[in-house]
Amino acid sequence: MIADIVSAVVILGGLGLLFATILAIAYKKLHVDEDPRIGQVEDLLPGTNCGACGEPGCRAFAEQLVISASIPGACTVSSVEAVESIASFLGVDPGIVEKRVARLLCAGGRAEVKELVSYQGVQRTCRMVTVVTGGNKECTWGCLGLGDCADVCTFDAIAMNANGLPVVDIDQCTACGDCVEICPKQLFMIMPLSQKLIVQCRSLLEGETAEKICSVACNACGRCVVDSPPGLIEMRNNLPVIQYEKNEFARPDSAKRCPTKAIRWIDGFQFGNKASISFPLGRVDVSQSDQKL
Amino acid sequence: MFFIFTQKNGKQRTFKRGSHPEHHKGRTEYLPIERMPFVEEYTLPLSQHIGAPSLPIVQKGQQVQRGEVIAKPGGFVSVSLHSPVTGMVTAVELSEHPNGQMLPAIKIKTDPYSTQCFGKAEPLSDQKRDKAHFISSVQSSGIVGMGGAAFPAHVKFFIPEGKHCQFLVINGCECEPFLTADHRVMVEQAPQLIEGIGILAEFLGAQKTYIGIEANKPDAIVILNELAVQKNISIEVVPLQVKYPQGAEKMLITAVLKQEVPSGKLPLDVETVVSNVGTVIALTNYFTKSEPLVERVVTVTGSGIKRPANLLVPIGTPIQEIINVCGGLNEGATRVLLGGPMMGVAQKNLGGPVLKGTSGILVLTDEEVQEMQLYKCIRCGRCLQACPIFLNPSHLGLLARKGLYDDMAQINLMDCMECACCSFVCPSGIPLVQSFRVAKAILREKEVKQ
Repeated sequence: MIADIVSAVVILGGLGLLFATILAIAYKKLHVDEDPRIGQVEDLLPGTNCGACGEPGCRAFAEQLVISASIPGACTVSSVEAVESIASFLGVDPGIVEKRVARLLCAGGRAEVKELVSYQGVQRTCRMVTVVTGGNKECTWGCLGLGDCADVCTFDAIAMNANGLPVVDIDQCTACGDCVEICPKQLFMIMPLSQKLIVQCRSLLEGETAEKICSVACNACGRCVVDSPPGLIEMRNNLPVIQYEKNEFARPDSAKRCPTKAIRWIDGFQFGNKASISFPLGRVDVSQSDQKL
Repeated sequence: MFFIFTQKNGKQRTFKRGSHPEHHKGRTEYLPIERMPFVEEYTLPLSQHIGAPSLPIVQKGQQVQRGEVIAKPGGFVSVSLHSPVTGMVTAVELSEHPNGQMLPAIKIKTDPYSTQCFGKAEPLSDQKRDKAHFISSVQSSGIVGMGGAAFPAHVKFFIPEGKHCQFLVINGCECEPFLTADHRVMVEQAPQLIEGIGILAEFLGAQKTYIGIEANKPDAIVILNELAVQKNISIEVVPLQVKYPQGAEKMLITAVLKQEVPSGKLPLDVETVVSNVGTVIALTNYFTKSEPLVERVVTVTGSGIKRPANLLVPIGTPIQEIINVCGGLNEGATRVLLGGPMMGVAQKNLGGPVLKGTSGILVLTDEEVQEMQLYKCIRCGRCLQACPIFLNPSHLGLLARKGLYDDMAQINLMDCMECACCSFVCPSGIPLVQSFRVAKAILREKEVKQ
């Protein structure tokens, strides 16, 4: 009996000791020198792993920062102070970039565009509805208003308003680009806040055909082109295209004579204001989307 | 005669797995094909096939004849487009496409005083049928796969160097419930079908030709068998077990030749070419009468339609006009599908046209489209037993729910042909195939970006 216990202890203990020795040797032999600053920089980063900087996560971004392959300002999620503290810690130029937010290139909510049919599938997401004849609305380019963007937003910066349009909270938005990726109609665009002249329409139709489908559609009349400094706006495929490299010449006058308000001068929130969106953010259309897998 | 085939039921060839939806073919099974009257205006989208859109060669205001070329191919994987009527081009503009997008289309207003006959054309000379010209002739005939996918036919028939075709398999399965267009075509146009098979087999150099027909079309099996014996052509008519998706290309090859087409490979890799019966008849019409593809047989059916019918419809006819010809909609009609109930696409408005690949218009009523109650996956494995390409829909569905699309691609999501067997058998009503379509769309978008 005693002999059994002793032999068990000796064998297991011996094995443990053997493996401990192997591990200890391996630890010394296979040791990889790592810059201790990587961990410290990572602690200073927000830790959301959103990928807005272009790296797979905060750790990878910290590695890039330490070898000076990137600048602290590339992290759009960190506040200005946080970016500066990282910059001073590493002794590099912070390279603070201008605040950018996601903008929706459509203003056709429920009031503006007719819904032709009701979608009866189980999952009412924009992606799912798009698979069936491009969505249930009359306009094939416009926002479907089912809130995939609000769902995917890591920072709770998107809420659906009563009209079925996503309102981007410009204070919360970090320009991570998740909404750009999820939107099946490719309606989101990341823009600096200084770009205030925005064409809120993607419809390629012109004239009455466009207006019949949506009351805020661009009808390609070209007034905005005439009212702008030369070269700022160009008509392409029945849509005004704003040359943002000439953004300094943009004035609110360009949008003044637009008959449908498809082109707008936007200072701040796109649809409504901070007070108008209900918190907590997320889908408003709960009645239709509570059934989830 | 019929009972012979029912007796053989146990021995009929088929593929593994699949599902057994009700046929619902009784409404139109024995209705002869009728010609649809000409309507006022036709819309011909430039992208009716898989591949590059056709390039328009007509202008607004131009007079066109029935069968005249109005758009030329936009690349090798693309075909010509012909006017279905004599009339005038009213516009080349963005127009409603049944896939829900606004895509460029040619609109033609019918000339009400025209006889709408094809011009007296000679059969194509033998030169056009020889090896060197066959592919380009088929391309300029506008023929695409008429089974539904609308893949340009000449690309399928084109045999790259180093490969050869040993077997020609003609697809007369029509496994989608409700649809009977191919069935009627086989019964009524059997001589043309046999003739077309002769032309095609000669070009491909196929040693053996099979016609795969599901056993629920005994009259077609008998007629084609008799005709093949009469004309002394070696064609084997293979009655297949009634099972969905028997008409899918790879499933048909597995059933008829007992050979599996590997993942990511084409039928030609197992020395086989598959063609739908409608495609073969279009081929005959082109080579013997010089008639390009301007009309096709469409089954209009479902409990939501007043008078179900098999119609010979000019391509580009608005869906609304076809429904009008069939007596309009019944009370309670709620959903209009282009194609069958398994793979068809619901339409949001009826102004869209019939395309080269439209095999049916199905109108369902309120009761039939009752929404499924969604429950949790109970791991019953029925979807695994149904998937004809041996994927794991249950696992894929779980990954789709979590948005792990790259992981889905790793377990061969891209092999999924969206036959919808998994969604059909799921007792929990989980929208499996629907989420796979979303995942495939997202993966394709990613690929384009890279």
